[in-house]
Amino acid sequence: MIVAERKKIPELYEIIKEHKQILVLGCGTCVTVCLAGGEREVSIIASALRIASRTAGNPIRVNEFTIERQCDNVFIEGAAEAIKNNDAVLSLGCGAGVQAIAERYPDKPVYAGLDTSFLGILEERGVWTEKCAQCGACVLADFGGICPVTRCAKHMLNGPCGGSREDRCEIDAKQPCAWQLIYTRMKNIGQLDKLKEIHSIKNWGTSLDGGSRTIIREDHRI
Amino acid sequence: MSDTNFEPKIVAFCCHYCAYAAADLSGSMRLQYPPNVRIIRTPCTGRLEVEYYMRAFENGADGILVAGCLEGGCHFIDGNLFAKKRVNSTRDMIEECGIEKERLRMINNSAAMAQNLVNVINEMVVTIKKLGPNPIKKNKLTIKEETTK
Repeated sequence: MIVAERKKIPELYEIIKEHKQILVLGCGTCVTVCLAGGEREVSIIASALRIASRTAGNPIRVNEFTIERQCDNVFIEGAAEAIKNNDAVLSLGCGAGVQAIAERYPDKPVYAGLDTSFLGILEERGVWTEKCAQCGACVLADFGGICPVTRCAKHMLNGPCGGSREDRCEIDAKQPCAWQLIYTRMKNIGQLDKLKEIHSIKNWGTSLDGGSRTIIREDHRI
Repeated sequence: MSDTNFEPKIVAFCCHYCAYAAADLSGSMRLQYPPNVRIIRTPCTGRLEVEYYMRAFENGADGILVAGCLEGGCHFIDGNLFAKKRVNSTRDMIEECGIEKERLRMINNSAAMAQNLVNVINEMVVTIKKLGPNPIKKNKLTIKEETTK
């Protein structure tokens, strides 16, 4: 899922201060699960913005609404009325959600209320970790399901680098060495010999290189 | 509103199993505490959401007191420890909004600690009187004007 963090209230106030009435729009999918932009967070952030605007002497009317998914036109329709009735939208969706709303409402200012951080998992309550860098050419099959592109600080496909101490990364002692994890995992599943293969230079052409990516499935188009 | 006439409104969220009983006991013991607190009984301080604190400040509370059981003594095992984390994060958030974090305070108080509860309420009233009214009240008039337009 996509993991995001809320921006600080003073930064949000700076963004919305020129408007008289705004809509804080939540998203019920990934950002709800990572406790950044769901219905509850919408309520807290809207309340915080009302307080911040009043303490700053510039009261702003802040309305709240949450839809199931901001990156899907079908669900965005459900917020049409609320969006129409407000001067601007502060979206608590991920970067994709914010842009989907902005594209759908070309004459309405749409602002991002969150910093979209990464694609990750819930490690334990309150802890999210990055697992996928969306490189567009998955190599997980060769490394026992542990991604060196994302989890090795040097993105090494032919590791380890030799700088790790015990099982920790030399870049940050809090981070485990991805290559130590890969080695242990490959040993456990009996595929250690796979690590002897030398991986050629990764083709980054499938990554962000050359602008944003599009996938077209002709078999599903109408 | 001049500071000399200012009587703060403090919302006290009191856990049913400890602080609420302590407030009751303070009555039985004939202990006096200022009428500035409005006590709200809660099943556990762990039940209190961040929104509750934010809404209370938004609606003009000058201070909020969260009173839960002693650490390790929660009826629901660790509700008061969750409350502690939420109160701490809310204190940071209200400070971002321009409200002093001293306006939100949590204490741990057993059902027998009536005197302690009274002392804390007295301290809190003094603290809030020093801070003055909730800063959002300064702009109340402006909001009303806007509403009538």
